[in-house]
Amino acid sequence: MPPAEKAWNRNAFAGALTDPLAPMPAGVTRRGGGGAVRRFAVYRNNVVHSLVTAIADIFPAVAALTGKERFAHAARLYLEECPPRSPILAELGRDFPAFLDRFPPARQQMPWLAHLARLERAWLDAWHAADAAPMEAGALSAIPPESLAETRFRPRPAARIIAAPFAIADLMEAGRAGLPASPGGAQTVLVTRPHLSVEIRLLDESAAAFAARLLDGATLEEAHAAGEAAGHEAFDIGASLGLLLAAGALAAIEPACATGEDN
Amino acid sequence: MIPSPLAMAPRPSFPDHAIAGLAGASFKPQHLNAILEDTPAGLFFEVHAENYMGAGGMPHAALAGIRSRFPLSLHGVCMSIGGENPLDEDHLARFAALVERYQPALVSEHLAWSTHDGVFYNDLLPLPYTNATLARVCDHVSRMQDAIGRTILLENPATYVLFAQSDWEETEFLAEVVRRTGCGLLLDLNNVFVSATNHGFSPMTYLGRFPLDHVGEIHLAGHDTQADDDGQPLLIDSHDRPVADPVWALYRTIIGQTGPLPTLVEWDADVPEWPVLKGEAQAAQAILDDAATTYMIGKRHAAC
Repeated sequence: MPPAEKAWNRNAFAGALTDPLAPMPAGVTRRGGGGAVRRFAVYRNNVVHSLVTAIADIFPAVAALTGKERFAHAARLYLEECPPRSPILAELGRDFPAFLDRFPPARQQMPWLAHLARLERAWLDAWHAADAAPMEAGALSAIPPESLAETRFRPRPAARIIAAPFAIADLMEAGRAGLPASPGGAQTVLVTRPHLSVEIRLLDESAAAFAARLLDGATLEEAHAAGEAAGHEAFDIGASLGLLLAAGALAAIEPACATGEDN
Repeated sequence: MIPSPLAMAPRPSFPDHAIAGLAGASFKPQHLNAILEDTPAGLFFEVHAENYMGAGGMPHAALAGIRSRFPLSLHGVCMSIGGENPLDEDHLARFAALVERYQPALVSEHLAWSTHDGVFYNDLLPLPYTNATLARVCDHVSRMQDAIGRTILLENPATYVLFAQSDWEETEFLAEVVRRTGCGLLLDLNNVFVSATNHGFSPMTYLGRFPLDHVGEIHLAGHDTQADDDGQPLLIDSHDRPVADPVWALYRTIIGQTGPLPTLVEWDADVPEWPVLKGEAQAAQAILDDAATTYMIGKRHAAC
């Protein structure tokens, strides 16, 4: 066994990487011995800087609207509380919105921040989502009228709906363009990826209720009822279904309806 | 259990592109259109495997576009070969699927660790060179090679600290990993220069001990210069600028000895416009071409 001061301990080394107050881990040295604090600090800086940068890359509007230093501070606290468990950077930050929800400065000064983070995390998931051919508009007309009410759809993997009591689509657009934005006004957003680019569409209350149910696997009749119940005026199911198709949110009709399904 | 990639049906969806004797560049998504319009001949591209582990979308569309036109090198940065815990089986499966899908000409990883006890640190962290770490590294290299169904190239690290406990030279350690696992080596000459400066040894002494016969690829990159606790130069493997002159000099010397080897110019931060990066790769190609005319071609197979 090596003497204690020579022995390296990976737990101590790893712990000191993310804890700026931790002492230099044992067994770490330099040629000829002597201080290696600044040398070890290279690893500390790399770890913290690269992970904070990765979080900022996933939430660019949150980072821009928060300000660089305030964002880095929040991201560091988040990483301490929820250390990354996946070696894939695109998987980082899944619980960052929830962290912002309970992070006092964000709660008090920017209560919309967690909602914006949720939209940006959804944007990245849509960006990386599995490829799937979109449903052709003509497929609808192949459904026999008597089966229309019972028809269900399979959403494309990138399609998702994010609802918030703040103007999250406006905040994301402005934040990503480096502009200030006003958070006022609730927005529900349809996130899709018609081809390779992610698209954001605003949904009114009826369309949002309809789309949420339909993407969740409900029948057209059930989704229609949800749309009607949510709206203040007569619900236009044709327009809402057309919007989902145009946005590339739907992959196919389910159950297997032989005609009109080509994938 | 992970299905063996060897047991799957071959997917001959991409042409074979020979990589022997070529220079290459890191593939950066922002360069995609410039590269496709430029259609540079005689280049290869290298990507970090972890950036292509999503299900679909633009990353895969871009990589397929590159892979169909150029030789591809798949460079893992997060396998944590030097880690204490067993390799992450999910990560091995994702890596194997990428190898199966894109059939890269080269596959490589690092003599370093990045995950410990399930926490991911997103850096290439150093390890002491002992009998115990050697056994573990060999287990991990073998496990990865089994999972992907082919050998890998293991890269020498750039390091900023030493360990009092180390009782192997890095070059001997790497040679022993090669002997026990059958892997090849990725010789990063910038890392050699960075470590040599940081630890006060001669890069040529290190290279004289390096098992050059097992090198399947060379990396070149730029580094930053800082100062350590005593004001001595502390070089940082930053990949954010052109290759430094002393590293080019090492490269000329080594290629003169080994003959042409696939050579990558890495650039990962403050990435310049495509023509600048391409210029760096062309500078490497010129050295490779010089060596090819003086070196007996065919004496040695560059690709593993």
